[in-house]
Amino acid sequence: MTSILVFAETRENRLRQVAFEAITAARTAVDAAGGGEVHAMVAGSVGVGSVASDLGRYGADVALILEDAALERYNAEAVAATVAAQITAGGHRAALFSSSAEGRDIAPRVAGILGAPIAADVTAFTLDGDAITAVHPVYTGKAIATLRLEGTPAVLSQRPGAVSAVEAPRETTVESVRPAIDPASARVVVTQLGAAVGGTLDLGEAPVIVAGGRGLREAANFALVEALADAFGGTAAVGATRAVTDDGWRDPSVQIGQTGRLVSPDLYIAVGISGAIQHLAGMRTSKVIVAINRDKDAPIFTVADYGIVGDLFEVVPKLTEEIKAAVDHRPS
Amino acid sequence: MKIAVCIKRVPDTELRFTIAADGQSLDSTGMKYEISTFDEYAVEAALRLNEAHGPGEVTVVGLGPAALGEQLRRAMSMGADRAIHLTADEVPFDGAAIAHALADALEGQSYDLILFGRNATDTGNGVVGPMVAHQLNLPCVTGISHLEIGAGQGTAKRVLEGAVETVTFPLPAVLTIDEGLGRPRIPSLKGIMGAKKKPLAESPAELGPVRVSVTALAPPPDRPPGRIVGQGADAVPELVRLLRDEAKVLS
Repeated sequence: MTSILVFAETRENRLRQVAFEAITAARTAVDAAGGGEVHAMVAGSVGVGSVASDLGRYGADVALILEDAALERYNAEAVAATVAAQITAGGHRAALFSSSAEGRDIAPRVAGILGAPIAADVTAFTLDGDAITAVHPVYTGKAIATLRLEGTPAVLSQRPGAVSAVEAPRETTVESVRPAIDPASARVVVTQLGAAVGGTLDLGEAPVIVAGGRGLREAANFALVEALADAFGGTAAVGATRAVTDDGWRDPSVQIGQTGRLVSPDLYIAVGISGAIQHLAGMRTSKVIVAINRDKDAPIFTVADYGIVGDLFEVVPKLTEEIKAAVDHRPS
Repeated sequence: MKIAVCIKRVPDTELRFTIAADGQSLDSTGMKYEISTFDEYAVEAALRLNEAHGPGEVTVVGLGPAALGEQLRRAMSMGADRAIHLTADEVPFDGAAIAHALADALEGQSYDLILFGRNATDTGNGVVGPMVAHQLNLPCVTGISHLEIGAGQGTAKRVLEGAVETVTFPLPAVLTIDEGLGRPRIPSLKGIMGAKKKPLAESPAELGPVRVSVTALAPPPDRPPGRIVGQGADAVPELVRLLRDEAKVLS
């Protein structure tokens, strides 16, 4: 019987959305291969074990809890060593991470320890006997590669938002796990965890992104973008193009594009964005794209599901008002 | 400080391209190449560190075919002192195979820092740096957007989703560099002339076994054709209706 170990990412002892996406993907892959088990491991400080029932809600058969006072902050070396030890002990077919900042950091370490093949930032995968087939965007999203990984175990990381989390409740066995190395022996130490510029709703997790470009003319006009995002009642994050972050209008961490964040929200609203190839690479996998631009020939309209040609200084305030009304009146 | 920077030769990200007839690679006709974006930031970071901390040496290391010499020379024209070219007719997709060759070449050379870009713009993998760190048993910090080096120790910032993490690490270390440390300089004419005389050592790459391969390459699926809902603010009510009733993203 096959099994996958999912590293379920937490922050401050709470599961992140990407953890549920990874469990759903593992459940789907194992079931498609004729059935098997999903083991979901969390690592954190004392109390992180309280997330076990949530792991089961999305389809984990076994919840592995690594609880240690020294793991209050991210400890890549201790976590990687422990995940690797669990994979070996459990004889798992694969380890699945999210390709978040944390997952991208741990997954190659685990592959190094295990001497395992690794595919990063995959959008889909299947277990095919001795091989794993994975789909992975390459050339900054301008092509899609199908990969074949040979060898057991294998290590995968999954692009946030590529798979929608689906509840599939299971009876979950909870097991506690000891760290494979002393967390205090880690050479890299996190000394501080601060809030990011622009708030805690991350671009990778926000269901809605409102992004602004040079068409806004100056930094102060980003207030229009922020107001539109606010109209969604807490579900929208604000992004920007490279031109805008290069000019210092917004923090570089919110840049969407091939050298910034790659995002796939349910709804992406591009405000005053022409649609340079480097920007499209970062958002073209969004589920629904809306573009507002005064130039009807702007490339952004080639990827937009819905476009409005017009002056954003007139369109955006009106849209903000209408979205606010629609969101306030939605059936709850 | 003695710093090594590993760089990759990749297709120019601004170019459009077509998939080759084999369905597994790019059509190289008319293709242009460059140093992968984040690797160029890593070269810049190394140069700035030594400019700030007194004398040192920056070695650029690359793995690839003969034409990689162009990118190694470019890094030297930016200011790197020397280059190591690990020759291979093709660069495998498998990051573990690449890491094996790089670690082999970097081992025992007593670098204080080994820098990488946070990921290459061709494969988008970002696994080689941490895997080299594992093979050399060095501490590793990925995706750095701010860096300070003191006596035998460094402090770095990493931007996570919705948070910023500050970490400390001992030297020597392997670091992968994000944007934020300073935009790469454009080589001066003097730099370009000087780079021609700088040492470039070649040796065959000792690649590890390849267990991850590309079996098919395709253009991304076309988005279904969209539509212009209308002109100006008058089109907003119809747009909101479509988002609610057709796209169903407002419920």
